[in-house]
Amino acid sequence: MTVPISWYLLLSAFLFACGVTGFLIKRNVITLFMSIELMLNGVNLSFIAFATRLHALDGHIFVFFVMVVAAAEAAVGLAIIISVYRTRETLNVDRVNLLKL
Amino acid sequence: MHQFLFLLFGAFCVGGALNLLIQKKTINSALSLIVVMGSLALLYLLLGAEFVAVVQVIIYAGAIMVLYIFVIMLLNAGQEEQEEAAKGSNVAKIFGIPGLFAGGFIGIWVLLKHSPADKGTGFRIGELYGPASDVGMMLFTKYLLAFEVTSILVLIAIMGAVVLARRSQNL
Repeated sequence: MTVPISWYLLLSAFLFACGVTGFLIKRNVITLFMSIELMLNGVNLSFIAFATRLHALDGHIFVFFVMVVAAAEAAVGLAIIISVYRTRETLNVDRVNLLKL
Repeated sequence: MHQFLFLLFGAFCVGGALNLLIQKKTINSALSLIVVMGSLALLYLLLGAEFVAVVQVIIYAGAIMVLYIFVIMLLNAGQEEQEEAAKGSNVAKIFGIPGLFAGGFIGIWVLLKHSPADKGTGFRIGELYGPASDVGMMLFTKYLLAFEVTSILVLIAIMGAVVLARRSQNL
């Protein structure tokens, strides 16, 4: 008994949609970053599902690169958040609407 | 069995993702994101991708989420600030988002049901497709350039994080 690939794709679309929704309705900048991670995870799932379906390993490599880029993005993004918090004392994105102080 | 495991961990994924949206505290959102990532690793194993499953646990659930939780605790990010939203935007949040979800999924479902590619992944549990040795071989032959460029990217990210998070003395 195997699972149709559409189930995996539906789950992947659901995760991506949840990430988009979180990005739109949340106001905390750290939660926004976590929503982006959720979107990346949803995309990774569809990469793996298609790799298995098409019997090609390239999808696994793409997922590996997506993970590396996500790690780099998290490191730099969180450093930016820390530096913004030092000057603004807030994590609310509505209060961080100017690049200058 | 495959179906049962997919439904179980898919339910964990869906629950974690919804919990991330519902929770008000940042740390609770982070913990539910860890649930999503852990159950995604299990789904990768079901699809036969052992290398990606292990890397998912080590990098995502291990390294990245520890970084997030560390920053949350460092900045003492507790309750999310709630500002008074307009009535229209509340209505849009309550009805619009679930409506969009439902419409999108019905559309995708109908589209996929009639596609000839939807015949099941054809893999059973324990049957590993894409062993780590094959992935490594591909990474170091076909995708060698991308791999090397990635190392430069990570180096730049390390330097950027150090420079940005440092307390600047001469500013």
